[in-house]
Amino acid sequence: MADLILIIVATVLVNNFVLTRFLGLCPFLGASSRFETATGMAMATTFVLTVAAGLSFLINRYVLVPTGTEYLRLLAFILIIAGAVQFTELYLRRSSPMLHQALGIFLPLITTNCAVLGIALLNVQQSRSFVEALAYGFGGGLGFGLVIALFAGLRERTEAADVPAAFQGPAIALVTAAFMAMGFMGFTGMAGG
Amino acid sequence: MLIPALLMLIITLAIGSALLYMARRLPQNPDSPAARVNAMLPQSQCGQCGYPGCRPYAEAIVNGAADINQCAPGGDALVIALARLLGRPAARLDPRFGVHEPPSVAVIDEDACIGCAICIAACPVDAIIGAPQFSHTVIKDACTGCKLCVAPCPVDCIDMVALREANAT
Repeated sequence: MADLILIIVATVLVNNFVLTRFLGLCPFLGASSRFETATGMAMATTFVLTVAAGLSFLINRYVLVPTGTEYLRLLAFILIIAGAVQFTELYLRRSSPMLHQALGIFLPLITTNCAVLGIALLNVQQSRSFVEALAYGFGGGLGFGLVIALFAGLRERTEAADVPAAFQGPAIALVTAAFMAMGFMGFTGMAGG
Repeated sequence: MLIPALLMLIITLAIGSALLYMARRLPQNPDSPAARVNAMLPQSQCGQCGYPGCRPYAEAIVNGAADINQCAPGGDALVIALARLLGRPAARLDPRFGVHEPPSVAVIDEDACIGCAICIAACPVDAIIGAPQFSHTVIKDACTGCKLCVAPCPVDCIDMVALREANAT
Protein backbone atom coordinates (compact mmCIF):
# COMPACT_ATOMS: atom_id res chain seq x y z
CA MET A 1 0.00 0.00 0.00
CA ALA A 2 2.77 2.41 0.93
CA ASP A 3 4.45 1.55 -2.34
CA LEU A 4 1.35 2.50 -4.29
CA ILE A 5 1.04 5.83 -2.51
CA LEU A 6 4.70 6.47 -3.22
CA ILE A 7 4.18 5.69 -6.92
CA ILE A 8 1.21 8.03 -7.11
CA VAL A 9 2.94 10.89 -5.26
CA ALA A 10 6.08 10.40 -7.30
CA THR A 11 4.23 10.53 -10.63
CA VAL A 12 2.08 13.47 -9.59
CA LEU A 13 4.84 15.71 -8.25
CA VAL A 14 8.36 14.44 -8.76
CA ASN A 15 8.15 12.84 -12.18
CA ASN A 16 5.24 14.88 -13.43
CA PHE A 17 4.71 13.90 -17.05
CA VAL A 18 4.01 17.36 -18.34
CA LEU A 19 6.50 19.48 -16.47
CA THR A 20 9.48 17.19 -15.94
CA ARG A 21 9.22 14.74 -18.83
CA PHE A 22 7.52 17.16 -21.21
CA LEU A 23 5.01 14.62 -22.45
CA GLY A 24 1.46 15.55 -23.38
CA LEU A 25 2.16 19.21 -24.02
CA CYS A 26 -0.38 19.51 -26.83
CA PRO A 27 -3.54 19.23 -24.70
CA PHE A 28 -1.69 21.00 -21.88
CA LEU A 29 -1.48 24.12 -24.03
CA GLY A 30 -4.54 23.55 -26.18
CA ALA A 31 -7.25 22.79 -23.62
CA SER A 32 -6.14 25.08 -20.81
CA SER A 33 -7.59 28.44 -21.75
CA ARG A 34 -10.57 27.99 -19.41
CA PHE A 35 -10.60 26.33 -16.00
CA GLU A 36 -13.75 24.25 -16.62
CA THR A 37 -12.42 22.90 -19.91
CA ALA A 38 -9.11 22.11 -18.24
CA THR A 39 -10.71 20.10 -15.44
CA GLY A 40 -12.86 18.23 -17.95
CA MET A 41 -9.76 17.47 -19.99
CA ALA A 42 -7.96 16.36 -16.82
CA MET A 43 -10.73 13.92 -15.90
CA ALA A 44 -10.95 12.50 -19.41
CA THR A 45 -7.18 12.06 -19.58
CA THR A 46 -6.98 10.47 -16.13
CA PHE A 47 -9.63 7.97 -17.13
CA VAL A 48 -7.92 7.13 -20.41
CA LEU A 49 -4.52 6.87 -18.73
CA THR A 50 -5.75 4.47 -16.06
CA VAL A 51 -7.71 2.29 -18.46
CA ALA A 52 -4.92 2.27 -21.04
CA ALA A 53 -2.29 1.46 -18.42
CA GLY A 54 -4.32 -1.48 -17.09
CA LEU A 55 -5.42 -2.87 -20.45
CA SER A 56 -2.02 -2.52 -22.07
CA PHE A 57 -0.47 -4.35 -19.12
CA LEU A 58 -2.92 -7.24 -19.51
CA ILE A 59 -2.48 -7.44 -23.28
CA ASN A 60 1.29 -7.37 -22.95
CA ARG A 61 1.44 -9.98 -20.19
CA TYR A 62 -1.18 -12.43 -21.42
CA VAL A 63 -1.18 -12.00 -25.19
CA LEU A 64 2.03 -10.53 -26.52
CA VAL A 65 4.59 -12.21 -24.24
CA PRO A 66 3.19 -15.78 -24.46
CA THR A 67 3.02 -15.61 -28.26
CA GLY A 68 6.47 -14.05 -28.53
CA THR A 69 5.19 -10.99 -30.38
CA GLU A 70 6.48 -8.26 -28.10
CA TYR A 71 7.45 -6.23 -31.14
CA LEU A 72 3.73 -5.58 -31.70
CA ARG A 73 3.65 -3.65 -28.44
CA LEU A 74 3.56 -0.17 -29.93
CA LEU A 75 0.83 -1.08 -32.39
CA ALA A 76 -1.31 -2.92 -29.87
CA PHE A 77 -0.99 -0.17 -27.26
CA ILE A 78 -2.01 2.51 -29.72
CA LEU A 79 -5.08 0.45 -30.57
CA ILE A 80 -5.98 0.10 -26.90
CA ILE A 81 -5.50 3.82 -26.30
CA ALA A 82 -7.61 4.69 -29.34
CA GLY A 83 -10.33 2.37 -28.06
CA ALA A 84 -10.26 3.91 -24.58
CA VAL A 85 -10.43 7.40 -26.06
CA GLN A 86 -13.35 6.45 -28.30
CA PHE A 87 -15.17 5.12 -25.27
CA THR A 88 -14.49 8.32 -23.33
CA GLU A 89 -15.74 10.41 -26.21
CA LEU A 90 -18.86 8.29 -26.55
CA TYR A 91 -19.57 8.57 -22.85
CA LEU A 92 -18.98 12.33 -22.73
CA ARG A 93 -21.12 12.96 -25.77
CA ARG A 94 -23.97 11.13 -24.15
CA SER A 95 -23.57 12.37 -20.60
CA SER A 96 -22.39 15.96 -20.93
CA PRO A 97 -22.68 17.35 -24.46
CA MET A 98 -21.59 20.78 -23.30
CA LEU A 99 -18.21 19.56 -22.09
CA HIS A 100 -17.92 17.45 -25.22
CA GLN A 101 -18.41 20.58 -27.27
CA ALA A 102 -15.98 22.61 -25.18
CA LEU A 103 -13.22 20.03 -25.50
CA GLY A 104 -13.81 19.66 -29.21
CA ILE A 105 -10.92 18.21 -31.15
CA PHE A 106 -8.75 17.83 -28.05
CA LEU A 107 -10.86 14.91 -26.86
CA PRO A 108 -10.03 12.56 -29.75
CA LEU A 109 -6.51 13.97 -29.66
CA ILE A 110 -5.94 12.31 -26.28
CA THR A 111 -5.08 9.33 -28.48
CA THR A 112 -1.92 11.08 -29.56
CA ASN A 113 -1.15 12.39 -26.10
CA CYS A 114 2.31 10.93 -25.74
CA ALA A 115 1.92 10.73 -21.96
CA VAL A 116 -0.66 7.97 -22.47
CA LEU A 117 1.55 5.85 -24.69
CA GLY A 118 4.54 6.81 -22.56
CA ILE A 119 2.99 5.43 -19.40
CA ALA A 120 1.90 2.22 -21.10
CA LEU A 121 5.41 1.65 -22.47
CA LEU A 122 7.20 2.67 -19.26
CA ASN A 123 5.04 0.21 -17.32
CA VAL A 124 6.38 -2.61 -19.47
CA GLN A 125 9.93 -1.31 -19.47
CA GLN A 126 10.10 -1.05 -15.69
CA SER A 127 8.28 -4.43 -15.29
CA ARG A 128 5.66 -3.33 -12.83
CA SER A 129 2.86 -5.46 -11.41
CA PHE A 130 -0.74 -4.93 -12.56
CA VAL A 131 -1.74 -2.85 -9.54
CA GLU A 132 1.43 -0.79 -9.78
CA ALA A 133 0.75 -0.20 -13.46
CA LEU A 134 -2.76 1.03 -12.64
CA ALA A 135 -1.38 3.29 -9.90
CA TYR A 136 1.21 4.65 -12.30
CA GLY A 137 -1.45 5.44 -14.89
CA PHE A 138 -3.76 6.99 -12.32
CA GLY A 139 -0.94 9.02 -10.80
CA GLY A 140 0.14 10.22 -14.23
CA GLY A 141 -3.44 11.34 -14.88
CA LEU A 142 -3.65 13.11 -11.53
CA GLY A 143 -0.36 14.85 -12.20
CA PHE A 144 -1.57 15.96 -15.62
CA GLY A 145 -4.83 17.15 -14.05
CA LEU A 146 -3.10 19.08 -11.28
CA VAL A 147 -0.77 20.82 -13.66
CA ILE A 148 -3.35 21.66 -16.31
CA ALA A 149 -5.77 23.00 -13.67
CA LEU A 150 -3.05 25.22 -12.15
CA PHE A 151 -1.98 26.31 -15.61
CA ALA A 152 -5.55 27.16 -16.63
CA GLY A 153 -5.94 29.24 -13.49
CA LEU A 154 -2.76 31.14 -14.30
CA ARG A 155 -3.79 31.62 -17.91
CA GLU A 156 -7.14 33.05 -16.89
CA ARG A 157 -5.23 35.60 -14.84
CA THR A 158 -2.73 36.50 -17.54
CA GLU A 159 -5.58 36.96 -19.99
CA ALA A 160 -6.71 40.01 -18.04
CA ALA A 161 -3.16 41.20 -17.40
CA ASP A 162 -1.37 43.90 -19.35
CA VAL A 163 1.07 41.70 -21.24
CA PRO A 164 3.72 43.39 -23.43
CA ALA A 165 2.82 43.07 -27.11
CA ALA A 166 5.74 40.78 -27.90
CA PHE A 167 4.64 38.26 -25.25
CA GLN A 168 0.94 38.13 -25.99
CA GLY A 169 -0.90 34.89 -26.77
CA PRO A 170 1.00 31.60 -26.89
CA ALA A 171 4.27 33.29 -25.89
CA ILE A 172 3.11 34.22 -22.41
CA ALA A 173 1.50 30.78 -22.05
CA LEU A 174 4.81 29.09 -22.82
CA VAL A 175 6.67 31.42 -20.45
CA THR A 176 4.14 30.54 -17.74
CA ALA A 177 4.60 26.85 -18.44
CA ALA A 178 8.36 27.26 -18.22
CA PHE A 179 8.11 28.93 -14.81
CA MET A 180 5.83 26.11 -13.64
CA ALA A 181 8.34 23.54 -14.86
CA MET A 182 11.08 25.33 -12.94
CA GLY A 183 8.87 25.24 -9.86
CA PHE A 184 8.30 21.51 -10.27
CA MET A 185 12.05 20.99 -10.52
CA GLY A 186 12.06 21.75 -6.81
CA PHE A 187 10.51 18.30 -6.24
CA THR A 188 13.41 16.52 -7.93
CA GLY A 189 14.96 13.80 -5.83
CA MET A 190 12.20 13.77 -3.21
CA ALA A 191 11.17 10.21 -4.10
CA GLY A 192 13.15 7.37 -5.57
CA GLY A 193 10.44 6.67 -8.16
CA MET B 1 3.93 -13.59 -40.15
CA LEU B 2 0.46 -15.03 -39.85
CA ILE B 3 0.31 -15.11 -36.05
CA PRO B 4 1.03 -11.43 -35.43
CA ALA B 5 -1.42 -10.40 -38.13
CA LEU B 6 -4.10 -12.63 -36.63
CA LEU B 7 -3.27 -11.32 -33.18
CA MET B 8 -3.72 -7.72 -34.24
CA LEU B 9 -6.94 -8.64 -35.99
CA ILE B 10 -8.28 -10.27 -32.84
CA ILE B 11 -7.31 -7.32 -30.64
CA THR B 12 -8.86 -4.87 -33.08
CA LEU B 13 -12.05 -6.88 -33.34
CA ALA B 14 -12.26 -7.21 -29.56
CA ILE B 15 -11.87 -3.47 -29.01
CA GLY B 16 -14.26 -2.69 -31.86
CA SER B 17 -16.98 -4.97 -30.60
CA ALA B 18 -16.54 -3.73 -27.03
CA LEU B 19 -17.03 -0.17 -28.31
CA LEU B 20 -20.06 -1.19 -30.34
CA TYR B 21 -21.54 -2.89 -27.30
CA MET B 22 -20.93 0.22 -25.18
CA ALA B 23 -22.46 2.45 -27.83
CA ARG B 24 -25.59 0.32 -27.72
CA ARG B 25 -25.73 0.01 -23.97
CA LEU B 26 -25.02 3.61 -22.96
CA PRO B 27 -28.18 5.63 -22.57
CA GLN B 28 -28.95 7.29 -25.86
CA ASN B 29 -30.03 10.40 -23.95
CA PRO B 30 -32.43 11.70 -26.59
CA ASP B 31 -34.42 13.33 -23.83
CA SER B 32 -31.75 15.83 -22.87
CA PRO B 33 -33.70 19.09 -22.75
CA ALA B 34 -31.43 20.87 -25.21
CA ALA B 35 -31.82 18.06 -27.74
CA ARG B 36 -35.61 18.19 -27.46
CA VAL B 37 -35.71 21.93 -27.90
CA ASN B 38 -33.26 21.66 -30.77
CA ALA B 39 -35.52 19.12 -32.47
CA MET B 40 -38.35 21.64 -32.43
CA LEU B 41 -36.32 24.51 -33.88
CA PRO B 42 -36.52 24.98 -37.66
CA GLN B 43 -32.80 24.22 -38.24
CA SER B 44 -32.45 27.15 -40.60
CA GLN B 45 -29.14 28.02 -38.83
CA CYS B 46 -29.89 31.63 -39.71
CA GLY B 47 -28.48 33.14 -36.53
CA GLN B 48 -31.27 35.73 -36.25
CA CYS B 49 -31.74 34.75 -32.60
CA GLY B 50 -28.25 36.01 -31.83
CA TYR B 51 -26.72 32.55 -31.53
CA PRO B 52 -24.53 30.91 -34.17
CA GLY B 53 -27.08 28.20 -34.92
CA CYS B 54 -30.11 26.31 -33.74
CA ARG B 55 -28.32 23.97 -31.35
CA PRO B 56 -26.55 26.80 -29.45
CA TYR B 57 -29.87 28.64 -29.22
CA ALA B 58 -31.55 25.50 -27.87
CA GLU B 59 -28.87 25.21 -25.23
CA ALA B 60 -29.23 28.89 -24.34
CA ILE B 61 -32.99 28.41 -23.91
CA VAL B 62 -32.46 25.44 -21.63
CA ASN B 63 -29.81 27.28 -19.59
CA GLY B 64 -32.16 30.21 -19.20
CA ALA B 65 -29.83 32.55 -21.07
CA ALA B 66 -32.30 33.18 -23.91
CA ASP B 67 -36.04 33.70 -24.22
CA ILE B 68 -38.20 31.35 -26.22
CA ASN B 69 -39.46 34.06 -28.55
CA GLN B 70 -36.27 34.85 -30.47
CA CYS B 71 -36.68 32.48 -33.42
CA ALA B 72 -38.10 34.40 -36.38
CA PRO B 73 -38.34 31.43 -38.80
CA GLY B 74 -40.25 29.46 -36.18
CA GLY B 75 -42.73 32.25 -35.61
CA ASP B 76 -45.45 32.35 -32.98
CA ALA B 77 -46.29 28.70 -33.50
CA LEU B 78 -42.84 27.70 -32.28
CA VAL B 79 -43.09 30.03 -29.27
CA ILE B 80 -46.34 28.37 -28.25
CA ALA B 81 -44.91 24.87 -28.70
CA LEU B 82 -41.81 25.74 -26.68
CA ALA B 83 -43.89 27.35 -23.96
CA ARG B 84 -45.91 24.15 -23.69
CA LEU B 85 -42.78 21.99 -23.55
CA LEU B 86 -40.89 24.09 -21.01
CA GLY B 87 -43.81 25.41 -18.98
CA ARG B 88 -42.82 29.00 -19.63
CA PRO B 89 -45.21 31.84 -20.43
CA ALA B 90 -45.76 32.29 -24.15
CA ALA B 91 -45.10 35.69 -25.67
CA ARG B 92 -45.27 37.14 -29.17
CA LEU B 93 -42.20 36.75 -31.32
CA ASP B 94 -39.71 39.42 -30.30
CA PRO B 95 -39.51 41.77 -33.33
CA ARG B 96 -35.91 42.67 -32.50
CA PHE B 97 -34.95 39.24 -33.81
CA GLY B 98 -36.76 39.54 -37.12
CA VAL B 99 -40.23 38.91 -38.41
CA HIS B 100 -41.82 35.64 -39.40
CA GLU B 101 -42.07 35.20 -43.16
CA PRO B 102 -43.34 32.38 -45.33
CA PRO B 103 -40.57 29.91 -46.15
CA SER B 104 -38.28 31.04 -48.93
CA VAL B 105 -35.09 29.89 -50.60
CA ALA B 106 -32.12 31.74 -52.05
CA VAL B 107 -31.83 31.79 -55.83
CA ILE B 108 -28.63 32.84 -57.58
CA ASP B 109 -28.90 34.72 -60.85
CA GLU B 110 -26.41 32.52 -62.63
CA ASP B 111 -25.74 35.00 -65.43
CA ALA B 112 -24.77 37.74 -63.00
CA CYS B 113 -22.72 35.53 -60.68
CA ILE B 114 -18.99 36.25 -60.92
CA GLY B 115 -17.90 33.09 -59.15
CA CYS B 116 -16.34 34.76 -56.13
CA ALA B 117 -17.29 31.91 -53.76
CA ILE B 118 -17.99 34.33 -50.89
CA CYS B 119 -21.56 33.11 -50.51
CA ILE B 120 -20.34 29.50 -50.24
CA ALA B 121 -18.47 30.36 -47.08
CA ALA B 122 -21.45 32.26 -45.71
CA CYS B 123 -23.92 29.39 -46.16
CA PRO B 124 -24.40 27.60 -42.82
CA VAL B 125 -25.85 24.46 -44.39
CA ASP B 126 -23.58 24.10 -47.44
CA ALA B 127 -26.50 24.50 -49.82
CA ILE B 128 -24.50 26.50 -52.39
CA ILE B 129 -22.33 24.64 -54.85
CA GLY B 130 -19.75 26.11 -57.16
CA ALA B 131 -16.07 26.85 -57.38
CA PRO B 132 -14.03 30.03 -57.69
CA GLN B 133 -14.37 31.52 -61.20
CA PHE B 134 -17.41 29.35 -61.92
CA SER B 135 -21.05 30.28 -61.58
CA HIS B 136 -22.68 29.06 -58.37
CA THR B 137 -26.10 27.66 -57.76
CA VAL B 138 -28.29 26.87 -54.77
CA ILE B 139 -29.51 23.38 -53.93
CA LYS B 140 -33.14 24.25 -53.35
CA ASP B 141 -33.87 21.28 -51.11
CA ALA B 142 -30.94 22.04 -48.82
CA CYS B 143 -31.47 25.80 -48.57
CA THR B 144 -33.08 26.88 -45.32
CA GLY B 145 -33.84 30.42 -46.43
CA CYS B 146 -31.63 32.00 -43.78
CA LYS B 147 -30.60 34.92 -46.05
CA LEU B 148 -27.02 34.82 -44.75
CA CYS B 149 -25.70 34.64 -48.33
CA VAL B 150 -27.60 37.69 -49.56
CA ALA B 151 -25.57 40.42 -47.84
CA PRO B 152 -22.05 39.10 -48.61
CA CYS B 153 -22.69 38.84 -52.38
CA PRO B 154 -20.60 41.62 -54.01
CA VAL B 155 -22.73 41.79 -57.17
CA ASP B 156 -26.07 41.40 -55.41
CA CYS B 157 -27.15 38.47 -57.58
CA ILE B 158 -28.87 36.42 -54.85
CA ASP B 159 -32.60 36.83 -54.38
CA MET B 160 -34.91 35.30 -51.82
CA VAL B 161 -37.84 33.62 -53.55
CA ALA B 162 -40.89 32.27 -51.75
CA LEU B 163 -40.69 28.50 -51.62
CA ARG B 164 -44.01 28.11 -53.42
CA GLU B 165 -42.79 30.16 -56.39
CA ALA B 166 -39.42 28.44 -56.41
CA ASN B 167 -41.14 25.07 -56.58
CA ALA B 168 -43.33 26.22 -59.45
CA THR B 169 -40.39 27.02 -61.71
